[in-house]
Amino acid sequence: MTRRSPLLRPTRRNFMSGIAGVAGVAAGLTFLPRGTMADEEKKLSFYNWDTYIGETTLDDFNKATGIEAKMDLYADNAELFAKLKEGNPGYDVIVPTNDYVERMLKAEILETLDHSMIPNMSNLETAFQDANFDPGRAHTVPYMWGTIGIGYRGKKVEGVPASWKWLYDSDKYAGKIALLGDALTVIGHAAKYLGHSLNTKDPAQIKQAEELIIAQKKHIKVFANDNGQDLLLSGEVNLTQEWNGDILQVMEEDDDIGYVVPTEGGVLWQDCMCIPKGAPHPKNAHAFMNFILDADVGAAIADFIQYATPNRAAKGKMEDSYTKNPAIFPTEETLAKCEPALYLGEEATRLYDEAWTRIKAA
Amino acid sequence: MVLENWKTNRFVFWVMSLPGTFWLVVFFLAPLSLVWILSFGEKTGILTIDITWTFDNYIRSFEAVYLKVIWKSIWISFLATVLCLIIAYPISIAISFAPNKWKPILLLAVILPFWINLLIRTYALIAVLRTRGYVNFTLEWFWDSANAILAFIGLGSFQLLGAEFDALPLLYNDFAVIAGLVYVFMPFMVLPLYANVEKLDKSYLEASLDLGAGHWRTLRSVVIPLTMPGIISGVILVFIPALGTFLIPDLLGGTNAQMIGNVIERQFKAANDWPFGSALSFLLMYVTFGALALRALLSREGGGMDV
Repeated sequence: MTRRSPLLRPTRRNFMSGIAGVAGVAAGLTFLPRGTMADEEKKLSFYNWDTYIGETTLDDFNKATGIEAKMDLYADNAELFAKLKEGNPGYDVIVPTNDYVERMLKAEILETLDHSMIPNMSNLETAFQDANFDPGRAHTVPYMWGTIGIGYRGKKVEGVPASWKWLYDSDKYAGKIALLGDALTVIGHAAKYLGHSLNTKDPAQIKQAEELIIAQKKHIKVFANDNGQDLLLSGEVNLTQEWNGDILQVMEEDDDIGYVVPTEGGVLWQDCMCIPKGAPHPKNAHAFMNFILDADVGAAIADFIQYATPNRAAKGKMEDSYTKNPAIFPTEETLAKCEPALYLGEEATRLYDEAWTRIKAA
Repeated sequence: MVLENWKTNRFVFWVMSLPGTFWLVVFFLAPLSLVWILSFGEKTGILTIDITWTFDNYIRSFEAVYLKVIWKSIWISFLATVLCLIIAYPISIAISFAPNKWKPILLLAVILPFWINLLIRTYALIAVLRTRGYVNFTLEWFWDSANAILAFIGLGSFQLLGAEFDALPLLYNDFAVIAGLVYVFMPFMVLPLYANVEKLDKSYLEASLDLGAGHWRTLRSVVIPLTMPGIISGVILVFIPALGTFLIPDLLGGTNAQMIGNVIERQFKAANDWPFGSALSFLLMYVTFGALALRALLSREGGGMDV
């Protein structure tokens, strides 16, 4: 029987194209701009690092202002930048580190701040009221700062391993060492250990650092992007190169773990809140930044995530166990040896990336 | 029922294939062509890329270090594929010969890992393989029991098994990467093989055994040639994704577990060099196309089985 199915009579065809037309119009309608420019929806899209906010901060913000904040997470600065590169997908507040702030400023994807909407900026320490990577704090508000150093397990290492030598140039703890996983960080610290600047652009110095790491590779267990502190806690490694806050978070669970900034110095980093261009709720974003800079809110966040706060008023509310902790607030002489990471430009970044590929392939 | 030739009712054919075609074009061909065009581009700034139709990116991808990484990726994927094949073949034969009421349960056991996210499965593998992980816990228990027995029969003080339990280094090395790949891609190999083994006419096997061939000979000369399409599908389904994987070497690998997928991922993120990342991705694709074309050519020329 070759009788045509009833679905295909001309009348049904019209019906089908009618449905398709309606669906198309409905889909098109969803792309129309929503709302007016004058009053923003009470919403905020916050793009942040993982475990980098207080326990109740977002709820407290909702209670204080009625704005509902939604937080998305990213794992590293490169992921954040890759997301924003092709246009802002709808984030209002982001938290890049200082060298990526420089990169974003060069790429001109950050909104200028209206300081009149952030009066709590007066709560900041004098040193943080301005920044050399963002003159006049035109685009950023500091969030937290800290160092990169060595986390170690006291019982398994001799004394306090206060030098990068134990991670980069020695087989004493072979097989129980972890380094970070980012090209610029690992090679930069190797260069610093060799006596050069952490931000060197000299190909010869980069090559020297590369060879040092390749020679040390057989003693290194893993390049741990972000979980060095978990490896330290589980006993997989006894020495790890990590951010101070991560190590502090596991120090709470295990008394045997310590943190030290090596004598050669390490990276001095600063995370800042910014508003990417094309943010849907810039006014809410300013209100959020002002809320974070409040003394009590800042103290709650600092207490939970154990990083150093640039907020003088918040620091004044913290206990001695926080303010006098050398892992959180290093001594002046240690700080003097630490260097902030700079944005090195695209050519130098490429040199580091190629060196890193060679290191990992060796 | 006889299947119609599509030409008798072109309109039906095109409407039915519309969703699939739409998906293929919009979500596959269009993005892929964008990446292909990007591979001929040049970075002119932090955000801007100029399509100058330059071959620089391809020339750069032929540098020794990248070829070394590609070779390593091919080698690891090849090992993982071979291991998958060796392990999956008996499994699929076993499922095929199992009593009918067990078949769905056994197939479910193979498919069940798919219901759990790949990332979670890989993290679970970390918990199993690490120094203080389940494999080492079990081995330590055996070591403790053996030591207890030795102590019981009076040989305790000699420390025959060593002073302390030495955990096996099962994680953060190439072993872990291959184990992870085999674990993750096993269902991709079992299912096509099972589909083919199931279709096998069992009377061929009977005939072969009747004619005097032993079991191994039957396997080599009858089963394997007849299930060759399944083997080839399984190999393609495992080898090609394994070649491009970056998650497993990233989480399970040690300091030298770098596959081409990791290099490409870095170009799109930290190195901010999208044209070069695109060129590397397409290099893999050209190799894959070449292999498939070679296979098509060989199967047409060699008059083998019509499978």
